Amino acid sequence: MANFSRRELRSLFTGLLCVSPWLFGFLAFLLYPLLANFQMGMTDYSGFGDATWVGLKNYQDLFADPLFWAAIYNTLFYTIFAVPLGIIVAILIAIAMNQKVREIPIYRALIYLPSIAPTFALSMMMIWLMNPRFGLVNYFLGLFGVPTINWLGDPHWSKIAIILLAQLGAGPIGLIFLAAMRAIPSTVYDAASLDGASSWKKFYHITLPLITPAILYDIIIGIGLGLQIFVPAYIMTEGGPLNSTTFVALYIYNNAFKYSRFGFAAATSGILFLINALLAISIFRSSKFWVNYDVE
Amino acid sequence: MMSSNGLRDLRPEAGNWKHEIPRAAISRVFLLVMSLIYLSPMYWMFVTALKSNAELGSFPPTLWPHTWAWQNIVDATKNFPFLQYLWNTTFYAVFTVIGAVLSNFLIAYGFSRIKWPGRELLFYPVIASIFVFIEFPVNPITMIPVFTLFTKLNLVNSFVPLILPSFFGNPFFIFLLRQFMLQIPDELSEAARLDGANEWQIMTQIILPLTKPAIAVVALLAGVNAWKDFLGPLIYLHDDSLYTLSIGLEFFKTEHRIQFNLLMAASCLVILPLIIVFSLFQRFFIQGVTLGSGKPQN
Repeated sequence: MANFSRRELRSLFTGLLCVSPWLFGFLAFLLYPLLANFQMGMTDYSGFGDATWVGLKNYQDLFADPLFWAAIYNTLFYTIFAVPLGIIVAILIAIAMNQKVREIPIYRALIYLPSIAPTFALSMMMIWLMNPRFGLVNYFLGLFGVPTINWLGDPHWSKIAIILLAQLGAGPIGLIFLAAMRAIPSTVYDAASLDGASSWKKFYHITLPLITPAILYDIIIGIGLGLQIFVPAYIMTEGGPLNSTTFVALYIYNNAFKYSRFGFAAATSGILFLINALLAISIFRSSKFWVNYDVE
Repeated sequence: MMSSNGLRDLRPEAGNWKHEIPRAAISRVFLLVMSLIYLSPMYWMFVTALKSNAELGSFPPTLWPHTWAWQNIVDATKNFPFLQYLWNTTFYAVFTVIGAVLSNFLIAYGFSRIKWPGRELLFYPVIASIFVFIEFPVNPITMIPVFTLFTKLNLVNSFVPLILPSFFGNPFFIFLLRQFMLQIPDELSEAARLDGANEWQIMTQIILPLTKPAIAVVALLAGVNAWKDFLGPLIYLHDDSLYTLSIGLEFFKTEHRIQFNLLMAASCLVILPLIIVFSLFQRFFIQGVTLGSGKPQN
């Protein structure tokens, strides 16, 4: 420290001054709550008044609560299916947006449109769209002889309905994939064409490997979004039927704001964070085996 | 629809589409199917909003209203204090934009335009925190302690807990602006320094004007995020008079049954400003996405 020049000290000071809002935000809105989750998790606290120390009781109750395990199962189920499906959908969107037709800007706007709609509004609309009697979805499927599906009332379909709803917001990720595809030099494809490669082969051997960095980004973001899923379940199903859509976030919300069990809810938040961190780190570590870092 | 500025890479390649009719035909079928799937929910929302009560219950559903019940839109705004909630939502969005622009510009400047020991090291936590801050300003991982903090500060049931976090940076926006600022040559700042300009002058007179497109992206995304926020208002706003449109729509659900045409009419009104903003600033949305992924298009 001592051998910094005056100028270096000045820039250190100015630099820290500039990023100081973030340092404060990081401490107050991230580091503090992450640690406080574990500290509060060991107390009985109603949201008001004083907290009483209960040690590991909340964690014991949590692990003994079948609803907690149901919430973990529902959340992992959602994430494990929504993320890969999201990648496939985003690739389809990117391919669509990459088509060389004159009116492509119109198609792009139409495909992107639901992504700008708020999840709460789309969820409200899905209640109606997926209504077993009057809904458009069942009417359409009925034209192909598919029997009536009670999307939001049948525990086998409720999570699938929410996974499908999430695909409406695939526009931004589709655009990221599109940008990644556009970054691939056309000469690579030309060379493959000369060798007689089919469209599928070109996609599988050229496009797919070269957009793996974008896929990695999508998986990391998708896991975070998946583990924090809340709004569709709160609006469409309120966790039902038979708790099939009680996700961890809804479980935390209900415990804190319905049953005033803030300590218990904080303990759950801490565990949600650990799951998220663990998954994100393992995906990141696995990336050296499947992500192509040679591009650019 | 799309402006040419900065988007050359995303535009369809000009040239011989005319000569490849069969290929283009396949493309169009594929595009039509995709567009229909993605348009149908919004279309259904719009059509349902304008159906009469009688037509709402008919099966098979009418794909196009026989009678246009424009009155539904008026009725929807009477079902809940629409104007009040519109104002609240706008208030929330405007202050979020102000906070996001000020803080993230300053923070990104510190992470890109000034060289100081430890800069890269301190940037790691920014990247690492992205996955927690995916839902902003309120997320299920941090919401319990943060809510408790705001309870102790007596700020629950106000907009402060929703707006304040925006004044302390958001990792997505920091990353986006930093990527943008790193592309501005260092020589510009150095030359100004040699001419005796101080850091404040360099920031406001040289870098700020050059960063305007990226700042516009941040402003737009921050405002839209606030408009779309549900969880934040849900836990922090308790008085009916403070509600935003997002939780105001719940008014349509508390009755014995949901009147879907009115709910959809209200939803259309909530989405309409977003659609207007989207169509006016489409290129900013696209830039925001592509800049944020570390693939700047300029």
